[in-house]
Amino acid sequence: MKSITSKLAMLAIFFSAGGPVSAGETIPIRNCTWCHGTSGQGFTTAPRLAGQRHQYIINELMDFSRHRRDNPLSKQYMWDAAANLNPRAARDFAMYFSSLPTRAANDGDQELAAAGKKIYELGIPESNIVSCLVCHGPNAEGVRQIPRLGGLSYFYLKKRLQQWGEGYHAAAEPMPRVARTLSANEIDALASYLSFVK
Amino acid sequence: MELGSLRLAMPTAVLAIVLSTAGRPEHSGAAALPGQDLQAKLEYCKTCHGLSGQGYYGYFPIPRLAGQQPKYLENQLRAFNERRRTNPVMANVAHSLSPWMVAALAAHFRNLDARPIGGGPKDRVATGRTIYQEGLPESDVPACSACHGPEAKGQDEIPRLAGQLFPYTVNELTNWSKERGQGGTKVDTSAIMTPTAHNLTQSQIAAIAAYLSYLP
Ligand code: HEC
Ligand code: HEC
Ligand code: HEC
Ligand code: HEC
Repeated sequence: MKSITSKLAMLAIFFSAGGPVSAGETIPIRNCTWCHGTSGQGFTTAPRLAGQRHQYIINELMDFSRHRRDNPLSKQYMWDAAANLNPRAARDFAMYFSSLPTRAANDGDQELAAAGKKIYELGIPESNIVSCLVCHGPNAEGVRQIPRLGGLSYFYLKKRLQQWGEGYHAAAEPMPRVARTLSANEIDALASYLSFVK
Repeated sequence: MELGSLRLAMPTAVLAIVLSTAGRPEHSGAAALPGQDLQAKLEYCKTCHGLSGQGYYGYFPIPRLAGQQPKYLENQLRAFNERRRTNPVMANVAHSLSPWMVAALAAHFRNLDARPIGGGPKDRVATGRTIYQEGLPESDVPACSACHGPEAKGQDEIPRLAGQLFPYTVNELTNWSKERGQGGTKVDTSAIMTPTAHNLTQSQIAAIAAYLSYLP
């Protein structure tokens, strides 16, 4: 009994020094950060998870485990990673990553950012391109199950928008219809702009 | 936990049905104009307003258009375009529509009968119903039913309110004179609602909006 309480006391000290990492001690965060970067900021093809809306993360983990998110990289990496997550663990991972501070990737084409911003805010009704702001928020911060887009990497954003046009992840309402009307140039501009949003 | 409930409410099967029944008016004229293809335009509106026009909870609430009065809908598109009703996104949308297209879209939305997606606090519904049907004589608030109808279906320039998203109705009534009737000296239909919106308290607005959000 005594040894348990002192162990708990030690854990408490350990956790309070480690900041938000405390949540991670109940779930194996390193299973994820190995690919998604130490503070969830993203690494090569694995996107930033830090600051992402927790409901969106839970939805995506479900989509991976049910094979609804079926683009090649998801298949290759995330289907296994999400295969044995129970709802409780999915929620804990989601809460943990959503609580981490974000850093912007800043890896888009600066010259396209202004054009991207304009499409993001107002859309192009003549070409049936919707305003993204109405759903994703004035600062691309997302809300509930709608993801934060601000500061995600250019390459990741570009690939996501292209792949909806190619028919992948068709269950991700309403994005397949949103992306269908976007041209390659418009995708470039949007992904560039968003990569700089803090 | 409500896992992706919004997504589940819009299965692709619905899209298929909506698209297959909506195609007819397309051939009645103007289909040759570039960017004025009715089918594509409808799909565009529904990307935001929901596949059955039921509305959508985005970062901002996107209102229900299903069952809306065509005259009201056309009126609002004109108000957005002329900036009498301030909303940069819808001003831009409205600007791109020909009169023919507006009429065709209005006719389409009128015939949609989506289930309300609700969202208001249930415990306010009873109070809301009383205010809606009887008004608040002591604060100069007329019965809403007198104009909007006992079932809140509207008529001509008077909108349907039944099934509208809770946060949208709250926003409109709260910000009425900041967002509508912005035409300078030009008075428009929004003036009819100005005193009513002004005389409602925040708590009364929430009650009415809750009641309306569940009405079929
Ligand atoms: C082997 C590498 C790898 C591991 C391990 C991994 N991921 Fe991923 N993850 C990826 C890649 C690559 C993608 C991008 C897939 C794509 O391009 O669509 C991704 C995408 C995601 C997404 C979607 C993000 C978005 O913005 O849509 C979530 C959520 C996610 N991973 C969570 C996790 C969690 C939680 C874990 C730990 C349980 C984890 N991942 C472990 C590589 C990995
Ligand atoms: C009607 C609401 C709505 C509109 C408008 C909208 N989105 Fe989305 N978006 C969503 C939702 C909901 C999701 C989550 C889809 C899912 O469940 O996977 C999403 C997901 C995304 C993602 C995936 C992010 C990630 O981390 O993988 C990107 C990128 C995106 N949207 C870009 C855009 C762009 C660019 C626009 C404007 C051209 C736009 N969206 C307009 C609702 C919307
Ligand atoms: C990018 C998303 C988006 C698209 C696309 C869009 N709308 Fe809207 N619409 C909105 C939002 C947001 C509002 C609420 C504006 C406000 O708060 O004043 C709105 C409001 C309206 C209203 C006023 C409703 C009311 O009850 O007063 C009408 C009518 C309307 N839209 C019609 C359309 C039509 C027709 C189309 C297609 C040609 C369309 N919209 C396309 C987002 C959109
Ligand atoms: C004298 C007739 C009249 C009465 C009474 C009336 N309304 Fe209205 N209402 C209108 C008209 C007309 C409009 C359309 C205004 C416009 O064109 O901008 C309207 C618009 C609205 C709208 C905007 C709908 C939308 O989709 O954006 C709301 C909400 C509303 N009324 C709520 C109420 C409530 C609640 C009451 C009772 C407390 C009420 N109204 C009483 C005539 C009336």
